[in-house]
Amino acid sequence: MTLLAVDSLSKTFSSAAAKGAQPVVQALADLSFQVAAGEFLSIIGPSGCGKSTLFRILSGLEQPDTGQVTLQGQPLPLETDRQGRFGYMPQRDTLLPWRTVLDNVILGADLAGDSRELARSEAQRLLPLFGLDGFENVWPSALSGGMRQRAALLRTFLTGYETLLLDEPFGALDALTRRVLQQWLLGVRTRFKKTILFITHDIDEALLLGDRVLVFSPRPGRITADLPIDLPHPRSQDTVLDDSFLAHKRNVMAHLKLE
Amino acid sequence: MMTARLIFPAAVLLMLLALWELLVWALAVPKWIVPAPSAIGQAFWETRALLATHVRQTMLEVAIGIGVAVSTGVALAAVLDFSPWLRRAIYPLLVISQTVPILALAPLLIIWFGFGIAPKVIVVTLFCFFPIAINTSDGLTATEPELIDLLRSMGATWPQIWQKVRLPAALPYFFSGLKIAATYSVVGAIVGEWVGAKQGLGIHLLRSSAAFKTAQVFSAIAITSLLSILLFLTVFVIERKMMPWYFERR
Ligand SMILES: Nc1ncnc2c1ncn2[C@@H]1O[C@H](COP(=O)(O)OP(=O)(O)OP(=O)(O)O)[C@@H](O)[C@H]1O
Ligand SMILES: [Mg+2]
Repeated sequence: MTLLAVDSLSKTFSSAAAKGAQPVVQALADLSFQVAAGEFLSIIGPSGCGKSTLFRILSGLEQPDTGQVTLQGQPLPLETDRQGRFGYMPQRDTLLPWRTVLDNVILGADLAGDSRELARSEAQRLLPLFGLDGFENVWPSALSGGMRQRAALLRTFLTGYETLLLDEPFGALDALTRRVLQQWLLGVRTRFKKTILFITHDIDEALLLGDRVLVFSPRPGRITADLPIDLPHPRSQDTVLDDSFLAHKRNVMAHLKLE
Repeated sequence: MMTARLIFPAAVLLMLLALWELLVWALAVPKWIVPAPSAIGQAFWETRALLATHVRQTMLEVAIGIGVAVSTGVALAAVLDFSPWLRRAIYPLLVISQTVPILALAPLLIIWFGFGIAPKVIVVTLFCFFPIAINTSDGLTATEPELIDLLRSMGATWPQIWQKVRLPAALPYFFSGLKIAATYSVVGAIVGEWVGAKQGLGIHLLRSSAAFKTAQVFSAIAITSLLSILLFLTVFVIERKMMPWYFERR
């Protein structure tokens, strides 16, 4: 069943502010794809190809020049229609420094005007799963990079939206922490019935986590490949050594090179 | 920690006072030119009831002046934030306004508002308004756009974005402005009283020096700096209470 449909999105920025760059930057060109409910969709593409722009349009922070976003059969033409419909985790670290970890992760419930006590106790139950047990009353500045990302992920999961947009959540982490968190996310995913769009620069990560991989072209972003990843679950770090995995990897690399 | 940091300056201060006492005594300096610290202490003790009424008056002016400066300064910062156009027009004027000598304005304020409390409060406000308005305005500009975007994507309303992101983000800037304002404010009130008042440390200073009661002048000066320090410390404590996240684990 199609949950999210993106139909010929285009977006051009006229960057008068950015000196040195071309005055007009086309970030997305006629982008279309669909996502089924419960799917994990990895999006990979060269830097600057418009991946974040896609998420910013979906989450109602930008308005596309053309095109349509449809969620559960309902078109969402305006920015305000799309705000508060997706669990969006931005590329840059966005924990609020003046809220404790616990109050950061319940931000969604707080904004919705729900009972904070209820939200806190629900979040408290999930803290161990997110490796944040005992850190609930700590300021974000005291957390390690990996913990910050897990806290931001928990906040995104707790927004309660069915579709999550994760923009390079592990991008800024060291390789080891990254592997651990990938494994952890594979486990967490089975606990929540979420549809996930996941941007990454890392081919292994895209293949290991995704049910499907979208490969973007360099700017302006369009889809050069839409590859189902039929690797069996559960997947582990050893999966990246399987022949079938390597075949997929070669395929993605070939599409990424195709400019 | 805190005591260790206080102990050295306190020791130096005590040594300087001792040196002062010794020099006045050794050189036999007349009391009306430079009184010894002991004489100042004595003057302080003898005039304590009088000093208390003057302090009360001055602090009242300071309290009202800071209150007005905080509310108008924050309000102006918020208004400037709403319109980039207005900000570009008013911000430079604000900076230029600081070149106007407030000292020279004080007599005019007496002409316009009389000898009551109003002109003193206005002088305090003039001293305090600028650092509060400019700092708060800078703080509002410095809010990370990513944080605002995050809340927008969650469907937050504008009041929610202000309450949960913009105001907390501007708070450290506001407090550095308030700390500057707090140190200016007592001097501001004294300047206001200097040009004409019935009560207050400013007029007390003026009367004491006119009567060559130099020890009294010094004791009034000492209490003025003491009040400024106390005010600064008060702001400092409130700041720590309101922004624990800013001071822990930095
Ligand atoms: N608000 C904006 N104004 C002007 N140009 C913009 C704006 N936002 C994005 N761009 C430009 O659009 C292009 C796509 O940006 P985007 O952030 O979507 O890329 P990305 O694929 O997420 O890159 P990365 O992988 O490095 O995060 C870039 O060239 C960027 O400079
Ligand atoms: Mg990006």
